[in-house]
Amino acid sequence: MTGHVKRAPSAALLVALVALAALPWFGESYTLRLGTIACMYAILAVSWNVIGGMAGYPSFATAAFFGLGAYTGGVLLARGVPLVLAIATAGAVSFAAAMLLGWVLLRLRGHYFAIASLAVAEVLRELTNSATELTGGGMGLNIPLELGGGASVAYEASFFFLAMWALLLVCVLAVLAVERSRLGFGLACIRQNESAADMIGVHATLYKSLAFALSGVFVAMAGTLYAGWVHYIEPPDVYDILLAVKPIVMVLLGGLGSIIGAVIGAFVFLGIEEFVWRNWLQVHSGVLGFLIVVLLLFMPHGMVSVGKRLRRTPSVPAAGAAAQLRADSVRGAGHG
Amino acid sequence: MFLQILVNGVVLGCLYACIAAGFSLVWGVLNVINLMHGSFIVLGSYLAWGAYHSMGVSPWVTIAIAAPLFYLMGYLVQRGVLNRVMAAPVLVTLTLTFGMDLILNNAMILAFKADYRKLILDPPLGTVAWGSVVVPVDRLVATVFALVLTGALYVLLRRTRMGRAIIAVRLDRDAARLMGVDVPVTYAAAFGLGAAMAGCAGVLLALIFPISPLSSIPYLGKAFVVCVLGGLGSVPGAVLGGLVLGLVESFGAMAIGPEHAVTLSFALLIGFLVFRPQGLLGKRGFE
Amino acid sequence: MGELLRLESVSRRFGGLQALADVSLSIGTGEVLGLIGPNGAGKTTLVNVITGVHRASAGRVLFEGRDITRLRPYRTARVGLARTFQVVQPFPELSVLDNVRAAALFSAGGSMREAQRVAEEKLAFAGLSDMMALPAANLTLAMRKRLELAKALAMHPKLLFLDEVNAGLNSAEVEQAMALIRQIAGSGVTIVLIEHLMKVVLSVSSRVVVLHNGALIADGAPAEIVADPQVVEAYLGKRYAQRAVEAAQSGTTR
Repeated sequence: MTGHVKRAPSAALLVALVALAALPWFGESYTLRLGTIACMYAILAVSWNVIGGMAGYPSFATAAFFGLGAYTGGVLLARGVPLVLAIATAGAVSFAAAMLLGWVLLRLRGHYFAIASLAVAEVLRELTNSATELTGGGMGLNIPLELGGGASVAYEASFFFLAMWALLLVCVLAVLAVERSRLGFGLACIRQNESAADMIGVHATLYKSLAFALSGVFVAMAGTLYAGWVHYIEPPDVYDILLAVKPIVMVLLGGLGSIIGAVIGAFVFLGIEEFVWRNWLQVHSGVLGFLIVVLLLFMPHGMVSVGKRLRRTPSVPAAGAAAQLRADSVRGAGHG
Repeated sequence: MFLQILVNGVVLGCLYACIAAGFSLVWGVLNVINLMHGSFIVLGSYLAWGAYHSMGVSPWVTIAIAAPLFYLMGYLVQRGVLNRVMAAPVLVTLTLTFGMDLILNNAMILAFKADYRKLILDPPLGTVAWGSVVVPVDRLVATVFALVLTGALYVLLRRTRMGRAIIAVRLDRDAARLMGVDVPVTYAAAFGLGAAMAGCAGVLLALIFPISPLSSIPYLGKAFVVCVLGGLGSVPGAVLGGLVLGLVESFGAMAIGPEHAVTLSFALLIGFLVFRPQGLLGKRGFE
Repeated sequence: MGELLRLESVSRRFGGLQALADVSLSIGTGEVLGLIGPNGAGKTTLVNVITGVHRASAGRVLFEGRDITRLRPYRTARVGLARTFQVVQPFPELSVLDNVRAAALFSAGGSMREAQRVAEEKLAFAGLSDMMALPAANLTLAMRKRLELAKALAMHPKLLFLDEVNAGLNSAEVEQAMALIRQIAGSGVTIVLIEHLMKVVLSVSSRVVVLHNGALIADGAPAEIVADPQVVEAYLGKRYAQRAVEAAQSGTTR
């Protein structure tokens, strides 16, 4: 009976996710490509939600984890290491790196943490750039991945879609488990009042570092899959700052702190992004920016909260929203 | 050789100070990281380029035009958009200014294309030499202007009514409000000043560096590092941080190669954040 | 009566400010110790140093004979130190029940089910059973103070610091709080009571210590403390103290 999380929507989410696996039997290659990216985006968003939504730390390190995973896995794949092993290694390396970094960086709050996490991607990008023998440096890295004797293009598309989908499923299950666990409970305490959490015996440094590591491990694995899928990676591509910002927008779109919101937010975001790319290629980043501004100014609690607001009966005096707002101002004040 | 690198570092440092002073002011007073700061600088550079190459206006004159223009723009942006989220968590203000930066940067790419342009003074100003130390005159003049601008900001904050209101709000917003300071207007003024500093810095940088919308991110990165090095919200902090970064970069480039200079500055950033978040000078503005 | 907590020459500086100067103190099991002193005397700092929020600049803190000087707060919480805050610190979004459950769970390390049981028990004790499902942010100040108490009790403390639990309460609420404190003391928990209301300190404490400018200036039974000229001086200034002493003397000579 863990009262700090609500149970009902996650069952619906899991059913919908499982149903998504049927896509290769219906979709063509364009649909499959979109489906693969959708799963990848959802992994990024659900992962970011652990550190950003559950622990309340504004991390911009997603790009760092994605790039680290893409290059760790990519280098291994390029040397003929099997895909599963490459993914596992990337996950492990990223987990360890995030624990270490988290232990140091999570002492910082607010803007300072945000900048430090942003700088991690820059440092990794430069390191990747200069480790030319290993990574190919600025020239990029080719990853000639063989999926077994003469696999067709269609087979490859289905394969990578299903792999990304399976990773998303594992990621969602893991995060759902965390949310219901002692760790999730402790993170909720930390987010709302870190010093009070410390006072009741929550090992805040450990919990925050675990949250940071969890927010990195699946992202890194997705990075490896991405590298294998596109066969070629280069630093500006996989350490792109947009990879750090998009998951935040997706989560804000879906409602901060909600796993189902993060998944829906990722899918909706991809839909919008694709639409904009096809129709206004020249101004796609401007439209993305416009979307962000509108979202933050007019829907601060995302689509989920809009739905809640509509459902809420007038007799209950918006207790949840009041608590939410107060918590927000507490958080704002903590950084202010 | 040593002297040459020292002079290069100081020149770079003064420019960095000018880049970061406005950024630091906004961060310290509004508790907002303005991710548009880099694009404001680039916009200033385009203004200088356009004014010089299509109307023959000298960059030195453009500074006087850029300051009020950018002040007004910053003032309006803060009143119109940012002021709605001043009480929101860090995540919201950061993401919001990122979104606005995407719009601004996209607009610049549409207007000017992404390729590099150069403002070339005609006739060129040449170089000066003291012994073995050689400095291009345009750099020297830009440096002097950077120092004058940064000094002007300092005097403005200390001596004028608006400046004192800004400092009062930075130190204690609620106390300032009780003493009759109009906090929203002060926020807007501080943001306007930050934008004006960015625009003027952009004009100066146009004399030295190629102009492109792609430069906005590196400029922003410098502003970050300088702020963290020098400490938040103070002009002397920005000058000190700028000089330290300039010297570290020019000596670092010689010691470990220019390709690692950026890595070095970011490593410095992380080190300072972790071990001395209050910066070289002064106290921590906030956690 | 065994010794529970021992401070050996504990000092704490903040920059140039000496917040605690050479404080030595022993607290026995089962005591209710009143800790008083003027504003800024260092009372809360002392609690912060003992619970590990601040580290002592010098000296040692021993709890049940074990050196806890360098333990962080989450560790002192687990060895049996709990506190309520002068400014209440609930987790605003969590329900009242979850607030207390968190305290039980993270301090003791038992199961979620066990934490649930403890939380319900302590909420009943604090008279908050009817509010369990409400978000903590919705409680009134008096209720939040009781929630704070229930949280601290759910941690199974051996030593409980009550920092200004009565500040901001009306007199009926103070009476209720005093009854609760007596009950807690009766159950065998050692209590350090930081309090402005002399009435409360004198009626509840078995012993009182006085902190002034970071140093302990008096230690004794409540009746001795109020008669101590040094204490009166610390609170009311020199001239008043002299007058009080003279008044006391003339009273005895007459």
